Amino acid sequence: MSTNPANHSTPVNTAAGKLAVGWALVGVPLAYGVYETLTRVAALFG
Amino acid sequence: MGFLDRERTIAPAGFNRWLVPPAALAVHLCIGQAYATSVYKTALVKHFGASLTEIGLIFSIAIVMLGLSAAIMGTWVDRNGPRKAMFTSAMFWTGGFLIGSLGIFTHQLWLVYLGYGVVGGIGLGIGYISPVSTLIKWFPDRPGLATGMAIMGFGGGALIASPVSTALLKAYDPNSGAQGWVASGDAVGKLFLTLAVAYLVYMLFGAFTIKVPADGWRPAGFDPATVKAAKLVTTENVSARNAVKTPQFWLVWVALFCNVTAGIGILEQAAPMIQDFFRTSDGASAVSAAVAAGFVGLLSIGNMAGRFAWSATSDITGRKRIYMLYLGVGAVLYTVLALAGSSTTILYVALAFLIISFYGGGFATVPAYLRDLFGTFQVGAIHGRLLTAWSAAGVAGPLIVNAFLDAQGKPGQLTAASYQPALLTMVALLVVGFVANLLVKPVSARFHEPRPDRERPHEPAMEA
Repeated sequence: MSTNPANHSTPVNTAAGKLAVGWALVGVPLAYGVYETLTRVAALFG
Repeated sequence: MGFLDRERTIAPAGFNRWLVPPAALAVHLCIGQAYATSVYKTALVKHFGASLTEIGLIFSIAIVMLGLSAAIMGTWVDRNGPRKAMFTSAMFWTGGFLIGSLGIFTHQLWLVYLGYGVVGGIGLGIGYISPVSTLIKWFPDRPGLATGMAIMGFGGGALIASPVSTALLKAYDPNSGAQGWVASGDAVGKLFLTLAVAYLVYMLFGAFTIKVPADGWRPAGFDPATVKAAKLVTTENVSARNAVKTPQFWLVWVALFCNVTAGIGILEQAAPMIQDFFRTSDGASAVSAAVAAGFVGLLSIGNMAGRFAWSATSDITGRKRIYMLYLGVGAVLYTVLALAGSSTTILYVALAFLIISFYGGGFATVPAYLRDLFGTFQVGAIHGRLLTAWSAAGVAGPLIVNAFLDAQGKPGQLTAASYQPALLTMVALLVVGFVANLLVKPVSARFHEPRPDRERPHEPAMEA
């Protein structure tokens, strides 16, 4: 990482982009799995 | 393959530690498929002309191999770092699917045992422990939260694999629209191939994005002295070889074994159990198969949520106290379930949900408990050895429940009363676990690794 304050925006943006991609890659399938399971759970309270 | 070496994974300055949990989750979400095998169990029974027990053996072999490989390979994982471990796990796990699919296509069940069971099981064990010590090092201020996130993935993996596998089986089988349809072996073989490719991509994403912190790294504003303030938390280190010589390791082993055995008791029987608990006077169940399936789904959510929520809470309460909750309150809830669970479905569902959340919480909290007691030095290896408790519980739990139920009557004729002996046995087990956890004290200084600034206080306990 650069120590030059002028260059700070690039690494911060890169890190934020990586964070978003990384969490989306695991979060989206997990949310899908939870959603699918909850539709089955609905039968329990229907 | 030097690019997999630990030295190549050291994070640069300014690395965001929140990139590590997705890498860990990528592996755990994949290996969590192990809990979704029921989707194609009937298809394999039909394809091989085998019994349910023979097909169930595939899963049992995988879980036994998980425990064995985690115990045996734990030190290797700690020494070589998470990237090499995750890469190796990906090779074994996806290789297991490939060998398994070959067994299905060629009608050789032993190849499925070898592939999914043995080879895949090794991938399970290495994958399960691979990110744990890394997460603990990245989150010394919140180890329970960090390991809870990853181990939640193991519970979540089944939630993803189950609907995806069902959809793929339908897509691969031209007869999927027929009434009473059971997927063909060919469709299951293709499913295995698809899962192998998808899991390989995801697990390699995890392997190549994970990083370990540089020596001496600390989160901004973190003061290790605040961690030491808790009585049971050590700043010393104990090797895996020495950890297994301490009473603390075996007390936690017993606590985990009892907690897992009790949870499996409900998980194994979830669908038939809720139907048996609510029978009408004519012997029919008031709970339909669809509602029972919904109940199983709710337990899966409870299992996953408990892994994250209770483990994260343990950072505030302390590990020993949260285990007192799992085992002590768990015993009370189990007793109410056994004696009054059949009074209303709402009570029954709420009790089972809480009990299963404690089951998941026990798994997710235990790495942080080990970190507290033995330090970070070889916590992955110690965790690996402790997972033999899971393998043992995987055998004991169903054995206890099935033995009691077999003595009570035949499936389909059981009632709530039939479950009381099994459930009350689980209560006794939870009490044993509670006492074991209560006896956990700080590890004796004679087991601590020597530090440069002082000599070992007593006779060396290390063998090599």
